[in-house]
Amino acid sequence: MASFKNFSPLPGFRLSLGYTLFYLTLIVLIPLSAVVTNTVGMGWEAFWSAVTEPRVVATYKLTFGASLLAAAVNVVFGLIFAWVLVRYRFPGKGLVDALVDLPFALPTAVAGIALATIYAPNGPIGSLLAPWGIEIAYNPNGVLIALIFIGLPFVVRTVQPVLADLEKDVEEAAAGLGASRWQTFLKIILPHVTPALLTGFAMAFARAVGEYGSVIFIAGNMPMVSEITPLMIITKLEQYDYRGATAIASVMLLISFILLLVINGLQGWMQGRYTKGA
Amino acid sequence: MSASIALQPGALARYETPSTSEPAWIKVTLITVALTFFVIFLLFPLGTVFVQALSKGWGVYLSALTSHDALAAIKLTLITAAIAVPLNVVFGVSAAWAIAKFEFPGKRFLITLIDLPFSISPVVSGLIYVLIFGAQGWFGPWLAEHDIKILFAVPGIVLATIFVTFPFVARELIPLMEAQGAEEEEAAVVLGASGWQVFWHTTLPNIKWGLLYGVILCNARAMGEFGAVSVVSGHIRGLTNTMPLHVEILYNEYNYAAAFAVASLLALLAIVTLGLKTLVERQTRKQISESQKPSES
Repeated sequence: MASFKNFSPLPGFRLSLGYTLFYLTLIVLIPLSAVVTNTVGMGWEAFWSAVTEPRVVATYKLTFGASLLAAAVNVVFGLIFAWVLVRYRFPGKGLVDALVDLPFALPTAVAGIALATIYAPNGPIGSLLAPWGIEIAYNPNGVLIALIFIGLPFVVRTVQPVLADLEKDVEEAAAGLGASRWQTFLKIILPHVTPALLTGFAMAFARAVGEYGSVIFIAGNMPMVSEITPLMIITKLEQYDYRGATAIASVMLLISFILLLVINGLQGWMQGRYTKGA
Repeated sequence: MSASIALQPGALARYETPSTSEPAWIKVTLITVALTFFVIFLLFPLGTVFVQALSKGWGVYLSALTSHDALAAIKLTLITAAIAVPLNVVFGVSAAWAIAKFEFPGKRFLITLIDLPFSISPVVSGLIYVLIFGAQGWFGPWLAEHDIKILFAVPGIVLATIFVTFPFVARELIPLMEAQGAEEEEAAVVLGASGWQVFWHTTLPNIKWGLLYGVILCNARAMGEFGAVSVVSGHIRGLTNTMPLHVEILYNEYNYAAAFAVASLLALLAIVTLGLKTLVERQTRKQISESQKPSES
């Protein structure tokens, strides 16, 4: 059947696919292969010592720990956001719905300096928290705050359409059979949105792991304490340690590939789930 | 009660049935939680940009924006976007045409490859150009011999920007054109239209809002990109500083009012982007409901 469809009467298949592959190879694949060939060229021992340097390992712990935590926070608040936007009416709803995407649209450097100013010890929120002994800016807490900010839209925007498509009849049936609202939520609604929540979680996590601009201003960037892995690559470059930078970049690239495959798998699962039900 | 619900087909009226809605206190709590989070995490950072930008008055604000370095940064940002966005639009349309209108093996894999730049850290995106064009890179010695500067110059900034904004247009158009199918175009071809006529008169009117949305997002990222550009720029004032890099330099010099003044232009761009996005989504919804009407009646 698939080969039959290839006899499409439409023109331009060879031209458009040819140009697509050419541009993809030139702009993305060849440049990316530079990381791979440079990594292979440096040999295993040089690679291993570069990526297991204690200061670099400390950045992995912070980057992955904070990214996981931020994505988890985003799942909880993202679900509440999506729920409130789909189900309730309240003043300012249109503004909230439009501004949820702000972290996508606001340049990361702008978000970074704004967050650093707000949470600095003399900033509007930082000064409120300081008397309680809570410090956010210039330590790992700041990294977490920045990553929560940039990850929020991913969960909201994957869950929102799924929640909107949920058939009301099923909830009515559950209620008719005597289920409480809480039981309906746990047994009907939550399982329905779980694939979307997981996809949103993975997307927020993937974005957080690579994030640079919004984090570096608020993080304080102290070695072994509040340095993130992307910053480590920049630090190595500034020291003209191209090998070290490339080795760390190849680790990040590998993680990006794995996350991309996971997200694609989750999206396939979502499509299967949601088109079957419709 | 049930009669009035049957009379009102609006979805909201149906949500008001007690069996499928929550007690009022839960509603109020959830809305309060969402709004508090919204104010602290979204509205506050956005507001801070403008408050800080104007904290020393309009005079300081305007002089920060009209300084020589700021104007050079604005110009470079505009040039970069003016090159990167059209190139990625041509690619996006071409990729969407091939993927949505034809069947071929490896299609899903191709879509995954197109998505790649989204999932790569901006810093790594910049680093790859250092490895290619840097002094120790693939073409470094050759470029030095011929006195061509790519890294730490405008071409490097443009290349890194093209890379990070690569998927935006394609990503918007592929699902849209897949959903629309190829029937209309096939009918046009059967009626004797040429390839370009089909594209201009049949495809383009159908995808114009999606295309516009892709262009808006691509442009916002092109003008706002920081990490990748930071690696390849070299931070030469007045020459290789884009607006986000200029913001960073001013901020690190403790020149906060000027940093936020330049940042406020980028924040305005973000607000315009979100406004256009809302408008485009409304238009798309209208288009969909209009196209569904005749088939339903």
